[in-house]
Amino acid sequence: MKKTIFRALGLVLVMTVLCGFVYTLVCTGINQLLFPHQANGSVIEIDGKTYGSELLAQQFTKPEHLWGRPMNLDLTSFTDETGNAAMYAWASNKSPAGAEENELVQARVEALLEADPTMAGTPIPVDLVTVSGSGLDPEISPEAAAYQVHRIAQARDMSEEAVQEVINRYTTGRWLGVFGEPRVNVLKVNLALDGILTGEG
Amino acid sequence: MNSILQYALYVLILVAVSIPLGIYMSKVMDGEKTVVSRILGPVERGIYRLLRIDPEEDMGWKKYLAAALLFNLFGFIVLLLILLFQGRLPWNPQGAEGLSWHLAFNTAASFVTNTNWQAYSGEVTLSNFSQAIGLTVQNFISAASGIAVLWCLIRGLTRVKQNGVGNFWQDLTRCTLYILIPICLVTTVVLTQQGVPQSLGGNKYVDLVEPIAADAEGNYLPDAEIDRNAGTVTVDGQVVEDAQIITRQVLPLYPQASQVSMKQLGTNGGGVLGNNSAHPFENPTILTNLIEMVFLLVIAVGLCFSFGRSITKRGISKGMKQGVAIFTAMFLMMLVALWIGAVQEQNATPVLAQNGLVDTSLGNMEGKETRFGTVTSNTWAVWTTCASNGSVNSMHDSYTPLGGMIPILLMMLGEVVFGGVGCGLYGMIGFVILTVFIAGLMVGRTPEYLGKKIEPREMRMAVLLCLATPIAILVGSGIATLLPGTVESLNNAGAHGLSEVLYAYASGGGNNGSAFAGFNANTPFLNTSIGLVMFFARFVPMTATIVIAGSMAAKKRVAESAGTLSTCNGMFVFLLILIVLIIGALSFFPALSLGPIAEYTQMILG
Repeated sequence: MKKTIFRALGLVLVMTVLCGFVYTLVCTGINQLLFPHQANGSVIEIDGKTYGSELLAQQFTKPEHLWGRPMNLDLTSFTDETGNAAMYAWASNKSPAGAEENELVQARVEALLEADPTMAGTPIPVDLVTVSGSGLDPEISPEAAAYQVHRIAQARDMSEEAVQEVINRYTTGRWLGVFGEPRVNVLKVNLALDGILTGEG
Repeated sequence: MNSILQYALYVLILVAVSIPLGIYMSKVMDGEKTVVSRILGPVERGIYRLLRIDPEEDMGWKKYLAAALLFNLFGFIVLLLILLFQGRLPWNPQGAEGLSWHLAFNTAASFVTNTNWQAYSGEVTLSNFSQAIGLTVQNFISAASGIAVLWCLIRGLTRVKQNGVGNFWQDLTRCTLYILIPICLVTTVVLTQQGVPQSLGGNKYVDLVEPIAADAEGNYLPDAEIDRNAGTVTVDGQVVEDAQIITRQVLPLYPQASQVSMKQLGTNGGGVLGNNSAHPFENPTILTNLIEMVFLLVIAVGLCFSFGRSITKRGISKGMKQGVAIFTAMFLMMLVALWIGAVQEQNATPVLAQNGLVDTSLGNMEGKETRFGTVTSNTWAVWTTCASNGSVNSMHDSYTPLGGMIPILLMMLGEVVFGGVGCGLYGMIGFVILTVFIAGLMVGRTPEYLGKKIEPREMRMAVLLCLATPIAILVGSGIATLLPGTVESLNNAGAHGLSEVLYAYASGGGNNGSAFAGFNANTPFLNTSIGLVMFFARFVPMTATIVIAGSMAAKKRVAESAGTLSTCNGMFVFLLILIVLIIGALSFFPALSLGPIAEYTQMILG
């Protein structure tokens, strides 16, 4: 029995070294070397200034910007190194058949109609009135982007075709034509509209 | 049309990858030479020398059981200590402090039992050290423990008049070294190439394009005018005192990719981040999703074929057919679950449709990511609860009433629709024994499985194996609903609130780990009780399995006769499904009708 106890503890410690330290350090070494951009959060950095991560949503509310999924913001959990609050977000975990969700969706519908009353006759794509799974979904459906083209064009005094053209540039289709869903990266579209980001998607 | 194609391809890819992996696992666990033997063989032998383990030793069932339980006990203690004292340990750029005793107990129990229920969110609670050295290590070895015990049972079922059931140290080491580590190493590189971070540097802060205004308490101010130069925030023409202008966002960076690949592969499921594989930092693209989603089930499905191969090699006639029969029963139940969930999530709800103001052709998108949509999300939800994985790529709490009932039901069936790695198959073999016994009684045939007579001792253990999950879930959630404090943990009112409690205990009792995540489980009572439920549901079946293995190994093998009930034909598959459904579904029908079914009825009656 004594030997079994010694071996059980010993094997836990050996596995801790192997699957903990060695495995993590080897993976981190390889990935930091091969893919430093992705390994450190896919930050969009242009001329020394950061504009967020291409993988995480930001909140957009100005009429001239493309809006993403509604966000359930958390402005208290994180503070940066200077002591200021930093933005994060979570899923809502609301039941889509519940009374609370009903009020939230109604308010989102009203806000969208107020932002652009000319769209009153067009049903709103469902992803524009629902919170995502991560709370930080960086993308919306092409339908949800198209719904906003008129508002953005008006606010920027651009043609709708020009706005749609920028959106198309940052639209990704289904993977291999089959898997997943088509989508538009909201941050990239906005940086392109603002003239900060140029080039491909 | 595309959705049917996606569902079909996902299922096909899963099975196509599982079969070769199953054969590989059978070779590894039976000690045959494989492609990686030459590189990793010296490591394996080095471990045995260091710990003075004799790999040739053939343990009796008592010693095997003692080894498995002690190994898990020490794993639990080490993880508990790491979580309690993470504030004083290195690799903590997050500045995380030690966990409360009850959260540390719950989390350690959760990861040691391969459940990975999380009553916390990683990015606000844990350090790199706790994630990589604490949780990731358990992701490997709790999965390996399950597979080891399955092999103990395989030996027990196939050996004739012997005392030994194998060597736990060797089973665990081989499984970790030859199966889990190599697959995860390769996967980690692919995940990071696609965008999953892998960093020990801690959180990073980057600038927002549009700054956000909040009041002094951190509440978001929706219609505020922000003057960044003056530093003032105005709402409706009034300057807000002590308002904050938030200009940066946090990027929670951990060694994510290495942890994510293992939590997917080992039916663990505990994410680095609170929102798990819905978060773009765990699962950014369709390719990462395909890999992570196939990993949910690949070992569990593969093991059906490993089982077939390994018993054939040990002289069981029609051995592969036995494995395929179990696979078929599991596979059919999975297809039905996929279909029900698919219809419900695509149909969305009247609340979302808002009398036609909203176009719900994309389905129920609350709690789902745009890149995944309803098809990929529902496939994941069903697979993660078929397997006792429990990672999520969408929020199950926000599923439609019946769409969300499917994951609960799959957990309540005892995690035997493929189930956790190793434990899913040994759980299902418990149901097989039960089926053989009941069917044998009905038609007056001797209960036998693989040529071994089923006698009272094995029956008692099989019953324990099959009923551990229902007992753990019903007792746990029953007590919880009687306590007034539980209501404060709910995130949704009414019937959906009961579903949240049921889900929590089903998740603990099925060793699954997924959640209706709005439910705040981080309270002393819930942490402790769910922790105990997880222990019960893991180690009672594990012990019962090793006892069965021991008693079967000592028996002689009887020759097949005209009176033997076939355990590999269509009739048996049907009976097996029936027994699983009768035990699982009937235990829980009353509870389900008060939760998800009541919510569904309310929804359609408006």
